[in-house]
Amino acid sequence: MNIVVCVKHVPDAQSDRTFDAADNTTEREAVDGLLSELDEYAVEEALKIKEAAGDDTTVTILTMGPAKAADAVKKSLQMGADAGVHVSDDALAGSDSIATSLVLAKAVEKIGGVDLVLTGMASTDGTMSVVPAMLAERLGLPQVTFASELTLDGSTVTIRRDGDVATEVVRASLPAVVSVTDQINEPRYPSFKGIMAAKKKPVQTFSLADLGVDASEVGLDAAWTKVTQITQRPPRQQGLVVTDDGNGGAVLAQFLTMQKFV
Amino acid sequence: MSEVLVLVDHVDGQVRKTTSELLTLARRLGEPSAVFLGPGFDAAKETLAAYGAQKVYRVENPDVDDYLVVPVVDVLAALVEQAAPAAVLVSSSAHGKEIAARLAVRTGSGLITDAVDIRAGGSGVETTQSVFAGGYTVEATVTRGTPIVTVKPNSCAPEQAPGAAADEVVDVTVSDAAKTAQITERREKQKSGRPELSEAAIVVSGGRGTNGDFSPVEAFADALGAAVGASRAAVDAGWYPHTSQVGQTGKQVSPQLYVACGISGAIQHRAGMQTSKTIVAVNKDEEAPIFELVDFGVVGDLFTVLPQATQAVEAGKG
Repeated sequence: MNIVVCVKHVPDAQSDRTFDAADNTTEREAVDGLLSELDEYAVEEALKIKEAAGDDTTVTILTMGPAKAADAVKKSLQMGADAGVHVSDDALAGSDSIATSLVLAKAVEKIGGVDLVLTGMASTDGTMSVVPAMLAERLGLPQVTFASELTLDGSTVTIRRDGDVATEVVRASLPAVVSVTDQINEPRYPSFKGIMAAKKKPVQTFSLADLGVDASEVGLDAAWTKVTQITQRPPRQQGLVVTDDGNGGAVLAQFLTMQKFV
Repeated sequence: MSEVLVLVDHVDGQVRKTTSELLTLARRLGEPSAVFLGPGFDAAKETLAAYGAQKVYRVENPDVDDYLVVPVVDVLAALVEQAAPAAVLVSSSAHGKEIAARLAVRTGSGLITDAVDIRAGGSGVETTQSVFAGGYTVEATVTRGTPIVTVKPNSCAPEQAPGAAADEVVDVTVSDAAKTAQITERREKQKSGRPELSEAAIVVSGGRGTNGDFSPVEAFADALGAAVGASRAAVDAGWYPHTSQVGQTGKQVSPQLYVACGISGAIQHRAGMQTSKTIVAVNKDEEAPIFELVDFGVVGDLFTVLPQATQAVEAGKG
């Protein structure tokens, strides 16, 4: 079985994330980055499938991004994935989700013979949660998203999806695009052996030309939306903090009454 | 005036508050046309009319409920072509965002997700979003196709403005391609009797400090008529369901009042609640970062502070 896991290199949420003042895109160069935390669950799920199958199942990590994004592939290989594909091209800078899904779809097609495309439930920078659905639309594959539990049975995939009003069981035939939530597993840390082994694993780099994507279809100028203004929100001003002296609950109720919440 | 399509979010005709909000916002852009899928139209009609739907497109094809996401996209894509609307508004749930995502690709249209405000501007539909854990506000427009916008719950106060709600049955054939992901089982969640988390005006959340006992949090929530939320630590520990998780990987809520109980306030949690109007925290640790955000905080044990506050609130209601 051939599994492709799509991952994203994102600015670290613990650092001061900001925007490029010149073109209003996310600043990716000057800040520390890492493999989007939510993508670790997709990598882990792929590795679990591979281990359970015990056959020649391969896990290929696919990412799109600047040179630094190679770190996200590296981390995934250290966890245990078999190979990496990094789509990198200067023309990609500023691409929106529409262009991202186009490039990833072309890359999945180029890798070829893919049975399962796994993704996280969202990136931790853009947090749109839309690329898996777009990818399924473009590839013409079943969309099986927000899996909190995944079962493979021959040629079908079955998931549990926990929604606001109901829990659903969704089944589709393979190949399919499946996104997983952070409830599905506990991602492993790379072992020393894994870190050493990753150095020898193959990583291919594709340009847009390699994928047959025209540069005019991607990047900031091709985006179908335009950011007109970005404003930093002033930090919240700390209000009154009191120490409970046996009366804290009553004081809290008083505050809520004054604010007309009671 | 152009139509604005609003996808109705409902359970058997019970229209959710997010839809009343979308209809209110849609009136700023044009004439709201509701898109109603599934059973229960008769129950829904009054609400849709009250909030200004001039038209309601009804689809009763049972396939719509049996397959994931794509049948709804088929319906909306057909309506976008037929009605050439000024915009399509969908609520920002996981389901709503995926419908919007595929519709954008299908119709060659720009997509904006998680808008907290929307208006008609000089260059068409303009939106406001809150990004990077609420640290920045972004204004954006759609430059291609039909603007497709998902709007977060609580982005506006629903205002009534009677509409005709003239219904038009739409016959949409669900494509075979839409039938590839089948919902084979659906278990409705048990109703807690509390408001839905993402729509609630008040949210009371519990974290690690509850040590697994949410009863004081729930009692306080019930006194305030609030929804109950949980931090990731509490969910990971198995104390509360994931659907109640507030934070980056759970729900992003924006209520009038957010009460954090025994929650330290890591960036991942702040991402889910930082845009709340008023923030209150109860925590034993005076160094907890949550206190940097609060309008009012109590340094103390939630097991003594909350019951006392609950009692005082109940007494105040008399």
